[in-house]
Amino acid sequence: MECYFDNSATTKVCNLAVKEMYPLLAENYGNPASLHKKGDEAKAALDLARANVARALSCNSDEVYFTSGGTESNNIAVFGAAEALKRRGNRIITTAIEHPSVSEPMERLEKQGFEVVRIPVGTDGKIKESDLFREVNRNTILISIMLVNNEIGSIQPVRTARTAVKRAGSSALIHCDAVQAFGKLFVIPAELGVDMMSVSSHKVHGPKGAGALYIRKGVRIVSPVCGGGQEESIRSGTSPMPAIVGLGAAVTEFKRFDSTIAKMSIMRDNFVKEISQIPSIYINSPPDALPYIINFSVEGIPSEVMRNELSSRGIYVSSGSACSKGHRSKVLTSMRLPNSRIDSAIRVSLSRYTTEEELKFLAENIFDARNKIRHK
Amino acid sequence: MKEIILIKNGELALKGLNRSTFEDVLIKNIRRRLSGLGEFEIKKSQSTITIEPISENVNMQKAVDIISKIFGIAGLSRAAAAQKDMDDILKVAESYLAELLLETKTFKVEAKRADKKFPLKSPEICNEVGGYLLEKFPHLQVDVHNPQLTVNIEIRDKYAYVRGNQLKGAGGMPVGTAGKAALLVSGGIDSPVAGWMMSKRGVCLTAIHFASPPYTSQRAEQKVIELLQKVSEYSGRITMFIVPFTEIQEQIKDNCPEELFTIIMRRFMMRISEKIARQDNCGALITGESLGQVASQTLYAIGCTDAVCNMPTLRPLIGMDKDEIVTISRKIDTFDISIQPYEDCCTVFTPKHPRTRPTLEYVEQAEEKLDIDALEQRAIDGKRFITVG
Repeated sequence: MECYFDNSATTKVCNLAVKEMYPLLAENYGNPASLHKKGDEAKAALDLARANVARALSCNSDEVYFTSGGTESNNIAVFGAAEALKRRGNRIITTAIEHPSVSEPMERLEKQGFEVVRIPVGTDGKIKESDLFREVNRNTILISIMLVNNEIGSIQPVRTARTAVKRAGSSALIHCDAVQAFGKLFVIPAELGVDMMSVSSHKVHGPKGAGALYIRKGVRIVSPVCGGGQEESIRSGTSPMPAIVGLGAAVTEFKRFDSTIAKMSIMRDNFVKEISQIPSIYINSPPDALPYIINFSVEGIPSEVMRNELSSRGIYVSSGSACSKGHRSKVLTSMRLPNSRIDSAIRVSLSRYTTEEELKFLAENIFDARNKIRHK
Repeated sequence: MKEIILIKNGELALKGLNRSTFEDVLIKNIRRRLSGLGEFEIKKSQSTITIEPISENVNMQKAVDIISKIFGIAGLSRAAAAQKDMDDILKVAESYLAELLLETKTFKVEAKRADKKFPLKSPEICNEVGGYLLEKFPHLQVDVHNPQLTVNIEIRDKYAYVRGNQLKGAGGMPVGTAGKAALLVSGGIDSPVAGWMMSKRGVCLTAIHFASPPYTSQRAEQKVIELLQKVSEYSGRITMFIVPFTEIQEQIKDNCPEELFTIIMRRFMMRISEKIARQDNCGALITGESLGQVASQTLYAIGCTDAVCNMPTLRPLIGMDKDEIVTISRKIDTFDISIQPYEDCCTVFTPKHPRTRPTLEYVEQAEEKLDIDALEQRAIDGKRFITVG
């Protein structure tokens, strides 16, 4: 049996997306920017995909810009907002646990002279709302906070950013990296009070190569991507039609969030209860994390050894830190976990297709693997 | 215009009666390496090998890149073949070397008349070609002592060859002329360099890699394959044996003093490698050890590991500094692969304070608890092999 528990890395493409992508490769291969019938047909497919994504985000179609994925959405949002607002101030607020596609652009902006404030997280993997109120001031031009952390699943108080901005009388734009939340939680940018939101296709059972950036109507950013002016000049470059249509199809397959979350929570709780019987195991994800992501450490067994052992059994999980020679996870370090826990961290990430049986099988194998690996 | 590649043999030229055997091996190596690029006619005459493409649209630059990595070659150059009359030689020199001549300031002409029936003598050819090129490229100056470009005219039996500066070949001896040896390869910086160095002296390589799943991953093995692929661009095809090593490492960890872990592990590696090497008709082992680099590479430690091996062990890096080794690994393009951060068999269970001056007696005593023969046999029985390059 093969069991895939690395759905935060990527997911299996759902059947509907596979089916709807094929005609875009074989028949409807036109360029949506072309002004002939072949182009018109492609444009129609593009518009339909955009409408689908807009519906999933409860926003208008003209607020959805297709990109090549989560990384590009985040880059465009961060660089684009900084460029557009640099005359109004130079302070940027973010968290210490952002995905590299946000934290790396932040480092570059810092080198260019922006003042970047990285709010730390507590042992629960969340930033404190009071820190947000303290750090946001009139000089702040951008706030970028992820909704769900990719390593531990903690949910950040994104909505508070809007309150903090209002209280400070700041004109800052608020960006939210919702890549790990999309398709699992109800993410409505307007409800969260954010101006920009990044989502990705391949994390929600769509194909790799597409993503979207929500930009609230009326907000202007200056995209770092220049070219033919596609996607209203937010993301120039010929639209990757098959991938975009795949994303458009995948979002129509989202299930009811409230009931799915309830089901996933029960599965998560049972699994955690099961593995908690292993001596020296620690659950790193906070109890109120998104139930799709479970991060734990079997102290004494390096992450990569557990990952390799499970992999040899056809069970695929992700190791918290890449390797003893590699770098330690920034997220777990920021949570101030001891090194022994960081070096043995494992991330199990579920999808709506994950079953109770699969998780039982995983728990058994973690038990078994731990007994087999007696060393180090 | 017909373009060919001219090759000057290296040390081979110094060999006596064996020379043609060595040359035949070299030609065979060249033929095999070029096989993916198209069809070539390869001929030898005196100490020169000429390679003439027969297929259409052969990527000559790629051919030159491939040949420049074949051992046993001192120098090589791309050349144009002209008819054996002065008018054609001048025309070919002008057009074939135009780009080179435009980017240089100083040049000279050298001529070699292998075919003594050619009416002009060498200095006369030089004069005529030099004068003609100066006329066509007035920005040039002649400098016979230190020219940027030396234009070479070689009059051979069928054609006259026109070429610019010669490129340096890989040197060394043709692979296969010095027998076969087994390289112990972990995935670090040193072992590929050691393999490359012995291959340069004509040794055909077999590789032995120890894998310790789940402590080491599939990627670590893939990394070694990538390293050997780079080495094989020089050494030709390599057979790689992958030996399961987890049980042995766990047994050592459980039963032997921690400070001797690495030494005892290396003794196992040597014993197993020798057996595999003998089965594979190898005459020696090759390791990337460099004296004093780590605790297991002190003279004492090497003494302890060498004691279990009855085969010559070649250690071409033994007297080299790390930066010298790194320089070679960059040259042969293995460095960036070597530094990919995957755990390998040598870093699993590394003791905190390894013994740097072990005595053989102490090590042998520490091993007594282990069923060495059975462990070894299981490892050898579990080996797999793949072919690289």
